[in-house]
Amino acid sequence: MSSPVLEVKNLHIEFPTRRGVLKAVDNVSFSIAPGEVLGVVGESGAGKSLTGAAIIGLLEPPGRVASGQILLNGQRIDNLPYEQMRKIRGRQIGAIFQDPLTSLNPLYTVGRQLVETIQTHLELSDVAARDRAIKLLEEVGIPAARERIDHYPHQFSGGMRQRVVIALALAAEPKVIIADEPTTALDVSIQAQIITLLKRLCREHGTAVMLVTHDMGVIAETADRVAVMYAGRVAEIGPVADVIHKPQHPYTVGLMGSIPEFDSDRERLIQIDGAMPRLDAIPTGCAFNPRCTKVFDKCKTTRPDLMPASSSMAACWLHEGKV
Amino acid sequence: MSTFVQLKNVSKTFDVSAPWLNRVIERKPQSFLQAVSDVSFDIRKGETLALVGESGCGKSTVARLIVGLYAPSTGSVVVDGQDMKIALSSNNEAARALRRKVQMIFQDPYASLNPRWRVADIVAEPIRTHKLITDPSALNKRVAELLGFVKLTAKDGEKFPHQFSGGQRQRISIARALASNPEFLICDEPTSALDVSVQAQVLNLMKDLQREMGLTYLFISHNLQVVHHIADRVGVMYLGRVVEIGDKREVFGAPQHPYTRMLLDAIPDLQMTGKARTPVAGEVPNPLNPPPGCAFNPRCPKRFEPCDKSRPQTVSFRGREVACFGATAPV
Repeated sequence: MSSPVLEVKNLHIEFPTRRGVLKAVDNVSFSIAPGEVLGVVGESGAGKSLTGAAIIGLLEPPGRVASGQILLNGQRIDNLPYEQMRKIRGRQIGAIFQDPLTSLNPLYTVGRQLVETIQTHLELSDVAARDRAIKLLEEVGIPAARERIDHYPHQFSGGMRQRVVIALALAAEPKVIIADEPTTALDVSIQAQIITLLKRLCREHGTAVMLVTHDMGVIAETADRVAVMYAGRVAEIGPVADVIHKPQHPYTVGLMGSIPEFDSDRERLIQIDGAMPRLDAIPTGCAFNPRCTKVFDKCKTTRPDLMPASSSMAACWLHEGKV
Repeated sequence: MSTFVQLKNVSKTFDVSAPWLNRVIERKPQSFLQAVSDVSFDIRKGETLALVGESGCGKSTVARLIVGLYAPSTGSVVVDGQDMKIALSSNNEAARALRRKVQMIFQDPYASLNPRWRVADIVAEPIRTHKLITDPSALNKRVAELLGFVKLTAKDGEKFPHQFSGGQRQRISIARALASNPEFLICDEPTSALDVSVQAQVLNLMKDLQREMGLTYLFISHNLQVVHHIADRVGVMYLGRVVEIGDKREVFGAPQHPYTRMLLDAIPDLQMTGKARTPVAGEVPNPLNPPPGCAFNPRCPKRFEPCDKSRPQTVSFRGREVACFGATAPV
């Protein structure tokens, strides 16, 4: 396997508050190879989006990276000054956000926004930049791109807007794209179109994608590997087929069982009782231990690190010394 | 099973014209949006009927028509043998009794609970409104019982909605809906705002309550897996019309309308890991200017002669009702 384009090492994100420091992301490590799609799943508040925001350097204060490293092509980017980070953002790391309406400026035409982005990162004349913008729109499957380029965002439908946002993210041919819930606001039929598009583009351009979503189905269709996050920690990480079909962490097992499926006629869904802990009340030991059905003494006292479990890695004491 | 809810040729048109002065000065025409068009179906007592479809297809409008929040432009909604018009127009004993029987659960549990009220007051409101229990201690007992149904404790009644998570709030909404001893619950995307593991808790709870209390559900969702799990029968809507309706196993197992098939193909399937999905063409047309004939014809892969000329009638076919020339044409 080629060397990773993006590497996150022992990332900690903290929020200092009056009542103490909240650890929103706690010792998260992963890497993404060129052309690879890493899916990041988890429930609301698991720290998925924060990890993505930290990578593009858009963590909102008072949130801050407390320790750990983020490396792009082997270079640290988490400690860069603002201006330098600005040059990397968009040029080398692109971002696609959940709501395509709020990520576009309603007062500018789509073309103007694309041209502005292209000229910020690449030295192109107005005419060349416009040509490139049209080519990008064609690439993301917008019909009659030559006319549509002068339309405003409100003249596009939700799916078409998300295509424009993808075109914006691709404008400077970044090496990494952080896609934060790119299909959540869309209908299933449109979601299918956008996923197919994302997959094709990242295959053609060799772009590494970090796909943040809470939808396991989207991950199953798109990702090569998947990281399951729980309470700011990675609970399990591994090849997508293994994590989905042979989940190793009890949380992943519960998560997979709670998804209704077509070919099963189960009367009841598997449910994980309780809720994810609040950030100020994360239990000692394994964060999942109060909800876990297989909990034993060690889980309550000592926090498990990621350890080999079958063909994946899971942070669970059940797998200690087994492989 | 007897029919509990009956919709007969229900249509709802909204006036979306520009303001009167603009129409006069700028000579803009009046415009109307047909949100629901000629919808007929029955819901039998004790069953769950689910409506599915993409955004803007009229699912929620149908829910509001049944619960009486909108009056149908044409057609009639009959609940338990009584026209819903009565519940809307008068305030006599019969109207109140009818309103008591039909309750609704909304999508967003952050918006549907009053943040300034304690949970006990939220749950007690329908009881007070319908004057079901007047004795305060009996009322408290009833509220505690209702909270118990949804796996909350009587103590939770003293808290405010913001002290609960999304899943707990949706359970409070369910407790409130159950407060007036309803027979029929309309659930408009009750789990769409929730995470999957919490969604599983709420869906399991809803199934348990249905079994224990013999409730009838109309369940609205855009998530076909959820619908497959909870429903007995399924209706698929497209641009204000029901294109296919029937038993869940029939509709999902052997879809007859091309739109149903398209929706099923579009679902990301966990078993399909790594395989290419079926690409789907086009988008939902503007409902202000729907295509002539069958509303689905511009996107339909099996479009032929009559599809863009006349609107297909709903006919019984292979154990379900379907509105499609192609599916029902003799080959």
